[in-house]
Amino acid sequence: MPILEVNNIGKSFGETRVLENISFTLEEGEVLSIIGSSGSGKTTLLRCLNFLEIPDQGSIYVRGNKLFCSEDPITRSEEEIRRKRLHFGLVFQNFNLFPQYTALENVTLARKLMAKAEKTGETEQAIIEEGKQLLIKMGLEDRMENYPHQLSGGQQQRVAIARALAMKPDILCFDEPTSALDPELTGAVLKVIKDLADQKTTMIIVTHEIDFARDVSSRVIFMDRGVVAQEGTPQYVFDEAPIPRLAEFLGQVKR
Amino acid sequence: MSASVIINRLLECSWLNIEIFFVTLLLGLPLGLIIAFGSMSKFAPLRAFTQTVVWIIRGTPLMLQVIIVYYGPGLMFGMKLMPRMDAALLAFVINYACYFSEIFRGGIQSMPVGQREAGEVLGMTKRQIFFKVTLLQVIKRIVPPMGNEFITLVKDTSLARIIANKEIIMMAQEYAASNGLIWPLFSTAVFFLIASGLLTLLLNYAEKKLSYFN
Repeated sequence: MPILEVNNIGKSFGETRVLENISFTLEEGEVLSIIGSSGSGKTTLLRCLNFLEIPDQGSIYVRGNKLFCSEDPITRSEEEIRRKRLHFGLVFQNFNLFPQYTALENVTLARKLMAKAEKTGETEQAIIEEGKQLLIKMGLEDRMENYPHQLSGGQQQRVAIARALAMKPDILCFDEPTSALDPELTGAVLKVIKDLADQKTTMIIVTHEIDFARDVSSRVIFMDRGVVAQEGTPQYVFDEAPIPRLAEFLGQVKR
Repeated sequence: MSASVIINRLLECSWLNIEIFFVTLLLGLPLGLIIAFGSMSKFAPLRAFTQTVVWIIRGTPLMLQVIIVYYGPGLMFGMKLMPRMDAALLAFVINYACYFSEIFRGGIQSMPVGQREAGEVLGMTKRQIFFKVTLLQVIKRIVPPMGNEFITLVKDTSLARIIANKEIIMMAQEYAASNGLIWPLFSTAVFFLIASGLLTLLLNYAEKKLSYFN
């Protein structure tokens, strides 16, 4: 059974049709890269998966469980959505760390709140220990007590990745994780994502880093004007069946 | 009459100014936050109502509002006069809550939407996001404009004398009228300067305390 099944997702903002009949599946441990020019709908798709936008039509299943169906109003209730979000993690382009908390507190805050609210029995100590392990994995062992403004963009983004992983999502999503970074800082972030891929973390990555997408992905989706224009293994999409729109897009990206 | 007696009497009356100051903050700040949520409500009639109230309160003099709160209920509905101090406090709380609400609203609306979204994708509830993520950042942003309001409030407290609450300036005016002494009135400036000076130090301290994050 696929870990994620997306069926016919559609989304409009007012009169503008942003997503049209988007369908795909994802197997556990796969990495899916979504590429495409600005305005092609890739970020909106990611935001729909994380319920930051509610699709107008279509359905979303995780491990066979119905998370969302446009015809089923129960799946739109706020409390339901809050829980279902936890299947997905999202790493933002602009990190969106909480500035008043240290790196470690950023990673542990939501888990601590959840343990307290739902009496999961997790001790604060255990949550903190786990948070530390995640930050060590991100190569930030000496940055745990720093506040976001004391960190470089690349370090902030790695804290954000640790923060998303702390909630143990089934699928970790990245929205152009290196677009806001200085070129010399992207390497460390991409390496962390590559390590996660090697450890079979299921991921969906919206990116402009074509070489990285080719290297890390099991599958690639090329989006154009709100539809899936091409889909397949990196080899297939880039080399075997490059459609004209993709060639044009790659030309612009590479320049 | 010796100067020390006069000064003591003035200081006694200044407790009234101090009381108005603290009660206005204590009740006006939470009420201001509630009004702020009203003026940001997605429910249009509530939003329109709140904004109208804020317009009326901010658009008329506080001195007039104190008079209306004190005499209005009696003149319009034949109700019994409430104690002078209660009337002054009520008018001050409502007036300042409206100003505070606009500062809260500005602070909340200036928050980048990404902060809320980051909380949402981590499965936090709206309440948790407001209290654990947004609030402290909003407070940090609104310390300077709030400081302005606090210092204005220090001086506005003397408006309570319009309905014969004997605060420090009213007392000093009585010395001028009955004893022909003008210096007590002038000397009240020292009281206001000390109060606003202490407040400035406190606000600077708060700003410094909150400077550990950006």
